[in-house]
Amino acid sequence: MNVETKDHSGLADIFNQNESRVDWHDETLWFIRSKRDKAAQGLPEWELLRETASQIKHNVLSNLDEYLEQFESNAKANGITVHWAANAKEHNEIVHSILKKHNINRMMKSKSMLTEECHLNDYLKKNGVEVIDTDLGERIVQLADEPPSHIVLPCIHKKKEEIGDLFHVHLGTAAGEADPQVLTEAARQHLRETFVTRKLSLTGVNFAVAETGEFVVCTNEGNADMASHLADVHIACMGIEKLIPQRKHLSVFLRLLTRSATGQPITTYSSHFKKPRAGQEMHIVLVDNGRTVQLGREDFRNSLKCIRCGACMNTCPVYRRSGGHSYHNAIAGPIGSILAPNLDMKEYADLPFASTLCGSCSNVCPVKIDIHDQLYKWRQVLVKEGHVSPVKAMGMRAMALTFSMPKFFSFAGKAGRTVMKYFPSVVNNKLNPWYKEREMPAPPKQSFREWYAKERAGK
Amino acid sequence: MSSRDKILAAVRSNKPGQRDLPEINIPVSYEGLTEKYTQVATAIGARVYSVESIAEIKSKLNEFFDPAKRWVASLAEFSDVAETNLANVDPHSLEDVELSIIEAVLAVAENGASWVPEQNVPQRIVPFICQHLVIIVPANKIVPTLHQAYEITAGAEYGYGAFIAGPSKTADIEQSLVLGAHGPRSLTIFILS
Repeated sequence: MNVETKDHSGLADIFNQNESRVDWHDETLWFIRSKRDKAAQGLPEWELLRETASQIKHNVLSNLDEYLEQFESNAKANGITVHWAANAKEHNEIVHSILKKHNINRMMKSKSMLTEECHLNDYLKKNGVEVIDTDLGERIVQLADEPPSHIVLPCIHKKKEEIGDLFHVHLGTAAGEADPQVLTEAARQHLRETFVTRKLSLTGVNFAVAETGEFVVCTNEGNADMASHLADVHIACMGIEKLIPQRKHLSVFLRLLTRSATGQPITTYSSHFKKPRAGQEMHIVLVDNGRTVQLGREDFRNSLKCIRCGACMNTCPVYRRSGGHSYHNAIAGPIGSILAPNLDMKEYADLPFASTLCGSCSNVCPVKIDIHDQLYKWRQVLVKEGHVSPVKAMGMRAMALTFSMPKFFSFAGKAGRTVMKYFPSVVNNKLNPWYKEREMPAPPKQSFREWYAKERAGK
Repeated sequence: MSSRDKILAAVRSNKPGQRDLPEINIPVSYEGLTEKYTQVATAIGARVYSVESIAEIKSKLNEFFDPAKRWVASLAEFSDVAETNLANVDPHSLEDVELSIIEAVLAVAENGASWVPEQNVPQRIVPFICQHLVIIVPANKIVPTLHQAYEITAGAEYGYGAFIAGPSKTADIEQSLVLGAHGPRSLTIFILS
């Protein structure tokens, strides 16, 4: 990817070159958001569930060290090997060391956004390990040599004809075949061969229970189960924030997760792994990779409550019209935009600005993360730390100064209205980024302040 | 310092002040559970039948599925129509199974899911590797929501267990729903009274 275009608005420009595709992307995600609404409104207790989930997660954050130790000790007692990784590099090395120990160089992986965050596939490829993603959407983007564009719907940006072309090249389907039924059947046959021949399965983790040492993996396709129940070795990788205190808390989160994600009442499979099956080896890798730093940021620690449902993406007017790849981060959309600057403020300084701050993300979040407030707060941190472009910083300083001087503010408003009235081309030109894709409104005759003063005088 | 100790130390110094766990206190209704379960399970792609005997299930199975193909079951009552002795086989050898017949511990009305712990399947792979899946749900074991499901199964010992809701599915290609992603292409549920 070109470094120069690696900011959200530049990448969104590329996505926006095809207007009908943007409309299609926008409508598809809005359709999913509507399904979410229907599912949520079907439960009178929805708001109580959200509040309960949010409070449970707050308790997790305030006792995370104890829950981690409790989970480790219970998982060990269940016969699972527990590893700790401070960062992405350690995570990748741990996975590789398990592969090496078993002399395995071909493995299968079901959906795990953590491994995307750690760029595990690239690392393993460089070390001569073949990784096959077994979630259909992930397999499609893998064949296209792209990252997922959505955490729940990895190839939501792809048309079926493009998928047909990929399958024609890689899986030998007929040229021009684009029927989802036929393409899914081709993937089923291809991945079945993978399931029965690969010896190691890596999965993500949706929830891990401190009380029992078990972890839960949710899929619709059944790929995590197909892979893990056949493999000799199962590795489950999780961020440390995936812990929940007790088994009964699963009921709260599982009721919220899929209704928020796709509008389904639950995923087809909610698989609880507690012990390896006889003769199998099971590993868990607990990964920090910046999470403990985020835990220490008072304004941003709530982002660690995220259960990765993707509802904030489906509802976001910016995400829907800019596509997941414009966020140049493993996790796109509003939640990705508050997680990414924690990892690297400089590289992801653009993301908190990729929002209208409309608040829709916070309204749909099943664990009540104050996403849009955090986006607003990140902007302030990024400006203070000097991570925004000098032009943007200067503009913001000028605006702050204007707002702090009422007389100058009033003058500036009047001057603006006059300029807009007589010389609209000063504003309405291609050099002004605000004019792009917008029609400027006709300038009002008077400001609100003038109108207010006049109204008052009449009373 | 090991990564484990580093992570735990960082959590201790960065975590917020103590916040207590909330009570899970969600209102519940026990009305029309079988109807609700049937309706939701059907909506997510399963076929649901209320039956009164194993014999009735067998006769339906002969009607729906090809008895010449490989059937496996977790219940000894099906040993005349299916293989039931699978505890010690290599799971890979089940790749050609056409039909798996298993029994759920309980089912959940709100989402059409059935709880199937390891003890209820001859091998963990059995409900996944088959082309078609049959789940028998005892009629008096349908609970309203997941909260009751977890209450009833609290403290139960299992190495593995799953909530199974509908046939394996995907909508990854342009949101078109396709049944039979990697696992069973169909799910048939018998509510046995």
